[in-house]
Formats: sequence, C-alpha cells, structure tokens
Amino acid sequence: MANDFPLSSGSVGVVAPLSARFDTPLTLKSGAVLPGFELMYETYGTLNGARSNAVLVCPALSGHHHAAGVYADAPNNTGWWDNLIGPGKPLDTSKFFVVSINNLGGCHGSTGPVSANPDTGRPWGADFPVVTVEDWMAAQALLADRLGVDSWAAIIGGSLGGMQAMAWSIHLPARVRHAIVIASAPKLTAQNIAFNEVARQAIITDPDFHGGHFYEHDTLPRRGLRLARMLGHITYQSDDLMAEKFGRRLREGGRKFSFEVEFEVESYLRYQGDKFAASFDANTYLLATRALDYFDPAGDAGGDLAAAFAPAMADFLLVSFSTDWRFAPARSREIVDALMRNRRNVSYAEIESSAGHDSFLLDDPHYHAVLRAYFDNITV
Amino acid sequence: MSTLDIRIDHDVIASWVAEGARVLDLGCGDGELLRYLKDKRGASGYGVEIDVDRVIAGMKNGINVLQIDLEEGLYDFEDQSFDLVIISNALQTLHRTEKLLREMLRVGREAVVSFPNFAYWKHRVAIMDGHMPVSDRLPFQWYDTPNVRFFTVADFEALCDKLGIAVRERLVLDDAGKPVTEEHNFLGSFALYRLG
Repeated sequence: MANDFPLSSGSVGVVAPLSARFDTPLTLKSGAVLPGFELMYETYGTLNGARSNAVLVCPALSGHHHAAGVYADAPNNTGWWDNLIGPGKPLDTSKFFVVSINNLGGCHGSTGPVSANPDTGRPWGADFPVVTVEDWMAAQALLADRLGVDSWAAIIGGSLGGMQAMAWSIHLPARVRHAIVIASAPKLTAQNIAFNEVARQAIITDPDFHGGHFYEHDTLPRRGLRLARMLGHITYQSDDLMAEKFGRRLREGGRKFSFEVEFEVESYLRYQGDKFAASFDANTYLLATRALDYFDPAGDAGGDLAAAFAPAMADFLLVSFSTDWRFAPARSREIVDALMRNRRNVSYAEIESSAGHDSFLLDDPHYHAVLRAYFDNITV
Repeated sequence: MSTLDIRIDHDVIASWVAEGARVLDLGCGDGELLRYLKDKRGASGYGVEIDVDRVIAGMKNGINVLQIDLEEGLYDFEDQSFDLVIISNALQTLHRTEKLLREMLRVGREAVVSFPNFAYWKHRVAIMDGHMPVSDRLPFQWYDTPNVRFFTVADFEALCDKLGIAVRERLVLDDAGKPVTEEHNFLGSFALYRLG
C-alpha cells in the first residue's frame, strides 16, 4: 500500500481497497446459507512479525471499508475515520496494522443485495438474507484467518460498530485483547427500534422500491432513502447542536408562506438526504437497521447482560457522549456495569459534547486524548 | 502537597491493603494511588473520577478509570463487590458525605478515608488572624477551592459514630508527615481512617 506522506501529514496517504473471496458456505444466524462471499477491506500500517499489532475497525450503519487516507483517483474521498487513523494519530498506524471492513450485505463492494445471486444471476435485492452482528463477526473472523491474525490487539467501533466489538469479545473471546466500544448500547430500546422502523417504512413504501427489486426496474427508492436519512440525521444530532447550527434561521428574506425550503435546517436535511440517496443502497439500509434491532447479547443469555459477557477475556474501553440521546451514556454504563460484574478490566469516559451521536466521528480533543491514552498502553 | 506527603499517605494506605485485594478508588485523580497499590500489593480494581483530564491521566497510568459523578452515589456497584473502597483526599470535595460513606461500606467490606484536618493548629491560627487557612494540605484560596465540606478529625469521628461505622485504624500525620500521638485534632494536618 502506498504511504506517500507518512509522518509529516499524519495521513496514511493514498490507499487502495482490497477484496477477499471466500468460497466456503457461511451459515447465518437465521439458518440461511451464503454459498460464498466477498469482503472489501483496506489496511493501514504494517502487520508485525509476531502478528500482534492488528486492529479491526468495525463500521457503523452507513460505514464501509474506506476509513482512512484517500484514493489515487479520488484525492478528495477521505476515509470516514481519517481523523483517528494515521501515523501519529490516536490509532497510530506506525504502531498498529489497521484493518477496516465493508460488512456482508453492504453496498460498497462486499457481497450484498446489489451482488448477483448465484442461483439467478440477477441482483439479490430483497432476497439477500438478513444478516446479524454475529454473522458480520463470523465473516470478519474468516478475513482475520486469511490475514494471519489470530488475535486482534484491539477491535474498535462506534454505534453499530461497537456492537461488533462486543460480539467478538463474547463469541470469540480469545481473539480480541481490547474491545473499544464507542457510543453504543447493549441492545436497542423500543424507541430506537421505532426510529429504525420509520426509516424502513419510508423505503419500503416508496413506489420505486418494487419489493426490493428496484434494480431490475432501473430505478431506486430515492424518496424513501432520503426520508430515512433525514430522520436518522435528526436523531444522530442533539437539539442543542441543531439550535447552534441552524436555529430558526431562514434561507433568504422572510416567510414565503409556502412549503418550499425556507428554514436552514430544512435545506440541510434535504441536502443530506439527497446525498445519501444517491450513494447508498436501500436494501443495505434495511439490513443494517435490522442488524441493529436484533443485537441483544443479554437476550441470548437469559436476559442477563453480565452473564452474556461471562466468556469475555478482553480489556474494555467504553466511551459515550453527553448529548447522545440515541445511544445515551446510560446505555454505555449498563455495559460497564456488566463488565465490572465479570471483573473485566474496563475504563469508561463520558465526553462532554454538543454533537449528539455523531460525536464519535468527530475529533473532540478530550475524546481523542482518551483514545490515544488507551491505544498507547496496548502492548503489541 | 509535596510528593513526600503523597508517598507517606500512599504507604499508609498500601499497608491496609491485603495482597491481591480488589479496590475501588473514589476520586482517583491521576491514578497514582491505584497504580501504586497495583504495583506494590498486586491490587486490582477501578478508579472513579469526574474530571476528564484526570481520567485521561489515569488511563495513561495504566489503571481502569470510570468517569462517574460520585454525587450520584455508587449505584453501579454491587453490594460487597470490593475488598476495599478508598476515598483519598477527596471526601471534602463532595456534598453528599453521609450517603457516600454508607455507600462505600455497602460496596466494600472495608473503607479507607483520608482528608485534611481543618482544625490543625496552623489552620486555627489562620482563622484567628482573620483568614481562611492555606497550607500544604489545604493548598487553595477560599475562592478557588474544590473543597465544599470543611470538617475536622473530631467532626469525622462524630459522624462515624452517628452512622454506626466502626473505626478499625486511624493514623493522623503532622505537616512533616510524621504520625501524631496526642492531641490529634490540634497537631494533625492530615488523617487516614480504616473503617468497616
């Protein structure tokens, strides 16, 4: 991998996506079997001789493998967690070998609804099996095998990504030494599932959805995806931040007594919705929100989160953000509590931030200092 | 407070910690004490700290730090889940003194409390002179002190008595870090208690 300006810029520089093909069938939690699949990933830094410095970055809802650096042919396409990953950054690629992945069911090259169903030769569409966080973990583990990584120095993720880190710590405990779980939750609340359901209904009821087979109709459920993203955006931000960013400001002049875009916040939401609808697959959105809904390690362990974490061997870092109401600090505290009951090593930081759930993607100095302190103490 | 004093405090506390004990350190600051107990006594456990910069310092020190507001109480922690719950030089910075002391002995089999003695004779002299005391053990001006509770050795023992908390051991130190053997509330500037 090219590493053009390693130390001066703090960027991993130009990167290229990689793909791994797996031809062994994967049985999913639902019982469905994927005959074979492909995973897109990127790596930053170098795997050391002892293979002890690998860190897995797990994506959140709309995340993918391009977490750091830029592409040679797209110098403005910076990775989604570039502020965190790079030489001299908190997740320091001069120390760690970082692997970032596009999960199964994704829409950035890994096998998913847009891929061809081997049975029909046409895109899977709505027929792509429902995947869970544990299925993602199983596929990630096959990639780890392929890369020669027996045990990750750390697995890090925010939100849905944090759930993947938790799943590893529970189901493959010997393969993760540190789990870093940011702005996440041990399971979604009814309110949180409800938001996901509204987003899904926006997509499913779009006439252009065609039961998930819109590819064949050469269209896409743009309106549904837009609404889903607009709703998501509202919930990922805080009331305070929206007041700060937009307030009640009108775009131009006074009221027009119309339903056109008049308030700044409307313009922002429409822009975000349009951008997302043009770049993200509707079926992937349905799958990823369902994976969020289903994640419930306590439910799989008789309702007891501490019992769920009993197999865990990793050390943990939990981070939450004060204004995150979709994955509130109290939810992280539940995880901390369950880990303490198991006498795990765990640290917890609750960062003051006005940016709501999205804070985990930003580079708040305290947040990054916490991550840096934690990563610096990981021995490789 | 000088480094020497801290080391004396930490040595006293370490002598009250059994080998391999599970310890909860409330108001752990930069984690020096927990780190010391880990290295010296093989202790394990967690530090609790509200200030994010100290949380980061604690993590750099390689201890488990939990950023929790102690004014909430210790509801996260199970009954009798620690051998020892420590609050070292921090009780005076918290409002809900009684609740916290009770909680410490709910969560821990024993508790250690250390605090500056406001009735130390030099502090009394300062008041006699008409000013709030500023000393090695009270190194703050009245307008920027983190302390919100001002109490003495005598006051603390009266509260333990009221709450039915047994004092197992007590060590009161003077300004030089030497144990005080008489007139503790007058000659001592810092007190350490082992409770439970």
